[in-house]
Amino acid sequence: MRVDVVSSENLSFQYNHSEVLSDITFRISEGDYVAIAGPNGSGKTTLIKVVLGFYRPSKGGIFLFGERPHLFKDWQKIGYLPQKSSTLNPHFPVTVWEVVSMGLLSRKKGGDISRADENEAIEKALEYMDIKDLKKRLLGELSGGQQQRVLIARAIVGEPELLILDEPTTALDPDTRDRFFNVLSEMNSKKTTVIIVTHDVGTIGKYASKLFYLDKKMVFYGSFEAFCVSREMADYFGEYSQHVICHRHDTAKPSFTL
Amino acid sequence: MEIFEPLNHAFIQRAIIAGSFIAILCSTLGVFLVLRRLSLIGDGLSHVAFGAVSFGLLLKVYPFYVALPIVMLGALGILKLIDRARVYGDAAIGIVSSMGIATGVIVASKSRGFNVDLFNFLFGNILSISKTEVFTSLLFSAILIGFIVFFYNELLSITFDEETARASGIKIARINAILFIMTGLTVVLAMRMVGIMLVSALLIIPSVTSLQFGLGFKWTLILSSFTGVLSVVAGIFISFHADLPSGATIVLLNFFFFAGGYAYKILKIKS
Repeated sequence: MRVDVVSSENLSFQYNHSEVLSDITFRISEGDYVAIAGPNGSGKTTLIKVVLGFYRPSKGGIFLFGERPHLFKDWQKIGYLPQKSSTLNPHFPVTVWEVVSMGLLSRKKGGDISRADENEAIEKALEYMDIKDLKKRLLGELSGGQQQRVLIARAIVGEPELLILDEPTTALDPDTRDRFFNVLSEMNSKKTTVIIVTHDVGTIGKYASKLFYLDKKMVFYGSFEAFCVSREMADYFGEYSQHVICHRHDTAKPSFTL
Repeated sequence: MEIFEPLNHAFIQRAIIAGSFIAILCSTLGVFLVLRRLSLIGDGLSHVAFGAVSFGLLLKVYPFYVALPIVMLGALGILKLIDRARVYGDAAIGIVSSMGIATGVIVASKSRGFNVDLFNFLFGNILSISKTEVFTSLLFSAILIGFIVFFYNELLSITFDEETARASGIKIARINAILFIMTGLTVVLAMRMVGIMLVSALLIIPSVTSLQFGLGFKWTLILSSFTGVLSVVAGIFISFHADLPSGATIVLLNFFFFAGGYAYKILKIKS
């Protein structure tokens, strides 16, 4: 039986007396690859922040590896890429290597990683994101897309059991985006649970196994196959749009080995 | 050589030893504060120190011992205003700072006879530092530098990206409290050297100077410490030979280093 990585029971969250998330119940199991989609202001990022314990639910419960997030301690299991990487200070004096190294902080704190293993993990993450030649460069000297690749490398460097990515592909060119999704698929095939917030339902349909459609409440949660025949989704997207998304989902996944 | 003649004096030796340690502390801590846009916290806390020193002089208690707890409370007060009352960082510093200076002015206006001592604290004089003060400065500086080394990864991670740091399990509130308390302690230690009026310069200028060189984080910290120490040592020598106030000389030297760093950056961009 697969273990629940994230689960919620009748979860609601209010911000300034306004309900941002309403009565949401779901389970994300080990090895799932879940795309969270929804319109602007639908609560996608808020849901991620509730999962990570940044915000506490107003009602109901949320569990991360079976524990309340604010009591959770095994942070080395989590890799996280927040949405607002554009707010990073472009003049921050930090090299690519130093940024990726920050992704190993929880493992370093636990004392369960040697310097040699740390270096190896960083080299591997840089290679995954094809930025090995940038490792000595300052983050502020790189383009927006390169910076995003560095931040993704930081999220995956610890080979986390749960990877949470909030709109990670915004600044990426099509080739880099494909490479990134293939890296995620590779990690997912090795049991990393992936939760990805995205607006691009069409592209993610080629990779994710489940879709979580959110609009303050849970509109749809299930497999892409179920999504393609869902009446609610036809109402939301329109018959034609749903057909396009599902058609793209049917296309074969590109082969990729690391 | 005549230029090194000051080293024959015990008070110069004391000034260089204590000053170098405090410079390392100020300039490393300053990098974190500047990057978190909390540069003026040193200025704000030095105003709190002004109020505390006035109280100490009024009560005839050694001002250092009065300033230490009050400035740390001021630091935590700023933190609470930012976190709990959702006041903007610069506004929170402004509130605590003006409270400190207002208290100091009221106490000084009601006092008789200690305004000369207060003047010494306002402008500082590292050359008059006593053996006990050297020992206290070394002890506190060593402890605080140890803290920065111990919490280096946490401080770097929070300074770079607080949200991801939180998802790495870092207790943000705890580390922020440690950073603010360390800043308060540093202000009290440094005020004897450059004075209350100029203490924030030691926190800000070496850090900003090092940021001109486009280095990685560790090298930025090292360069910041180096310019801080160089300004203190060279400032002591210059003030001795030219009969200038030591605190102001140290600060002006820091400004010249910054100007040099900025010129280097411009030349690098143009080349």
